[in-house]
Amino acid sequence: MPILWKQISKGMKYFETLFLCLEETTKTNEKVTALIDYLSSVPDEDKMWMIGIFSGRRPKRTVSTKNLRRWAAEKADIPLWLFEESYHIVGDLSETIALLLPPPTVEVQKSLNEWIQLILSLDKMEEDKQRELVFYAWDSLNTSSRFIFNKLITGGFRVGVSQKLMAKALAEFTHIEPNDIALKLMGEWSPLTYSFQSLIENDENEGSHSRPFPFHLAYAINEVTDLKGEPSDWIAEYKWDGIRGQAIFRNGLYFLWSRGEELITDKFPEFELLISSIPPGTVLDGEILPFKDGLILPFQHIQTRITRKKITPAILKVNPVVFRVYDLLEWKGKDIRSKPFIERRTLLDQLFASIDSSLHLQLSPVLPFKEFDELKILREGSSENGSEGLMLKNKHSTYSAGRKKGEWWKWKIDPFTVDAILIYAQSGHGRRANLYTDFTFAVYSQGGDLLPFTKAYSGLTDKEFIEINQWIKKNTLERFGPVRKVTAELVFEIAFEGIQESKRHKSGIALRFPRMVRWRKDKVVAEANTLEDLQLLLKKSR
Amino acid sequence: MNKKGLLVHTGLGLYCPKADVYLDPWKPVKKAILSHGHADHARWGSSSYLCTPTAAPVIKYRLGDINLETLPFGEEKLINGVSFSFHPAGHILGSAQIKVSYKGEIVVFSGDYKTANDGFSEAFEPVKCHTFITESTFGLPVYHWQDQKWVFNEMEEWCKNNRNNHHLSILYGYSLGKAQRILQGLPESVGPIFTHSTIEAVLNVMRNQGVSLKNTIPVNEHLTRADLLNGVIIAPPSVQNSNWLKKFEPIRNGVVSGWMALRGARRRRNADKGFVLSDHADWEGLNEAISLTGAENIFVTHGYTDILSKWLIDKGLNAYPLETNFEGDEVL
Repeated sequence: MPILWKQISKGMKYFETLFLCLEETTKTNEKVTALIDYLSSVPDEDKMWMIGIFSGRRPKRTVSTKNLRRWAAEKADIPLWLFEESYHIVGDLSETIALLLPPPTVEVQKSLNEWIQLILSLDKMEEDKQRELVFYAWDSLNTSSRFIFNKLITGGFRVGVSQKLMAKALAEFTHIEPNDIALKLMGEWSPLTYSFQSLIENDENEGSHSRPFPFHLAYAINEVTDLKGEPSDWIAEYKWDGIRGQAIFRNGLYFLWSRGEELITDKFPEFELLISSIPPGTVLDGEILPFKDGLILPFQHIQTRITRKKITPAILKVNPVVFRVYDLLEWKGKDIRSKPFIERRTLLDQLFASIDSSLHLQLSPVLPFKEFDELKILREGSSENGSEGLMLKNKHSTYSAGRKKGEWWKWKIDPFTVDAILIYAQSGHGRRANLYTDFTFAVYSQGGDLLPFTKAYSGLTDKEFIEINQWIKKNTLERFGPVRKVTAELVFEIAFEGIQESKRHKSGIALRFPRMVRWRKDKVVAEANTLEDLQLLLKKSR
Repeated sequence: MNKKGLLVHTGLGLYCPKADVYLDPWKPVKKAILSHGHADHARWGSSSYLCTPTAAPVIKYRLGDINLETLPFGEEKLINGVSFSFHPAGHILGSAQIKVSYKGEIVVFSGDYKTANDGFSEAFEPVKCHTFITESTFGLPVYHWQDQKWVFNEMEEWCKNNRNNHHLSILYGYSLGKAQRILQGLPESVGPIFTHSTIEAVLNVMRNQGVSLKNTIPVNEHLTRADLLNGVIIAPPSVQNSNWLKKFEPIRNGVVSGWMALRGARRRRNADKGFVLSDHADWEGLNEAISLTGAENIFVTHGYTDILSKWLIDKGLNAYPLETNFEGDEVL
């Protein structure tokens, strides 16, 4: 433990200390100890906010970031452009503000809950009053507490506390089984409406009908030879590229959860019809896929469904979906996650045989194979079937929370690659704040124009980035703010998962998950791919 | 770069044509004047060198048998009518700003500098000039250094805590500059200070030149883990992920650098703990230094050149970014 708890004064300091500990260590045991120390030191409201914050249940946003930036620049006595430049380099708004502000002038002891109540009170307040209270907070907190205060306003603590880790710490603290705790942490609850007691007590409260199970996740596999046991121990399915979802049918109600633990029932009203076909006390795990006339549609259709606030009949019509099911977690009101996968799958097959075939519900097929070698052929054919590879599931595995080696594997197909030309460079954020790491790549059109078609940030080593940075400094043609236009000379191999038509890009093309795989020092610009090559890929992928 | 072309910016670095002299040249030249001994300022291969007497032994140690002359702080040397002199930069022991003057025109090249007095390097002295060429390594308002005493207390606390948990404390800092600052600044209570051989070598060069430094024990095979646990190890950053430390596990890595002010940098360096202690000026330090020179023209190099220049222009100064490592001649 890097910090001595006894020396720390009361108030938000506890949370600050916990936050620093979690950030400074990568070791699970140390994180668990820090969480338990925190839980044993603070009142229940602060416990709840901590659990809430680290599971994405942060307080409602009450101040716009635009105002925060303005006020921070004002308080730091710098022009707004300099604030924005600093933000660009630091990469984190809360951290930028915390670093720019002058030192605190007063000492105030407030608990995490009290600070959050202050933040909540800002809602619908007049702007001058808001500003006054934010200044009061900034004036009374040190740099790291300010950072936390700002994060509480802006949201997004990206700290390594997985659900599993939180459940482990809470289990040790409360002497309740980790699996039970993990379940209680799921679903719809907020630190505002829910007490620590009600969270850990074994009650049947209102929220429990909608409560999802923690998702079981797959590890990636690179070689089929990594599979243990006999081929007959394994079930192969296609890996679908949609949105992972858990559909809950209980007490005549229906709920749909995404993997990010968001309730997305309203985004997919078509599934509500299923209440009449699926018996209550059923929970299904599967993938929501954009689907029409027997074909899987491009992923952007599902993005439309998720991002639109209101789902109109027109949106439903243009972006139809199905729920492709591959697992059964609750059956006849009983949690069957501890049954082996093969038994759950058999029950699932029986369920599908008994219900009317619905347009919106499909069973993800099991792919027959006898030898492991056959999987290679199946995998190669997966893109023709609209999938992105194979899922290999151990027949004897239970449905545990999170990832567990040897139970579910994903074996994705190799990505597409193109060789493209570096034309713009921009300095990175956060970890790479003082390096040019955000690159824009182009290909030549038939008319000989260099057309930018994608950006990529990752995939090279720090050493390669340093070498490229030196090159960039010497080969800058023009500067536009933080962006540098460079001589069209370097060729990089770009890998991506999919290619789509795009009206927003000059090249008419948009890539999914582009990243650099290699710096092709062996290639000159004339050997790079062209727009024609990309258009051909686009045609093929349709 | 200035009215009379006293200094020009070339592919080899800053050049004074009248005296045929380069300041901290990037490649071998006939005559080189060095601000200090860090590798990106003192490069091998030039025919003759000039530096301060306190910087000279380490530069000789690093560059080998070179033709090196020294010039004490504040004294003038005339080369073809152009006057050159050194003024303390406060960056590391012997580090200098280089003042170039000819017929009443004064240009000062800051080299690397910090305005806060670390109690070991010769303290920074502002020099009045017409043109000031300043570094800008930490030229952003997010960089604001705490008093070094505060940082050393933090280090002491950290070392104590590690020892209680039977973790070995390793502090990483450059062998020239940061290592001496850590050594001299660490409170007695941390126990004996063990050093990596690269650092010990530099310390010995300084001891031989008569600099008073605390006692250190080079890490060697006779020392047990229990011995080392009594104290702290100072090592250069390059050994952080090497095998050298494997046998001492479990260890805790403390990286000592101004970059540690940002969370992103701490993650990148894989530091268990980042100590924000720099030998460069922070935002306030840069602004203070620039204003104390009274210069009309400011050239900004080495760091956030664009941002600091724009800020200075906003304040009504003539400021220009100056790219380092720029290939091809650029006469301003």
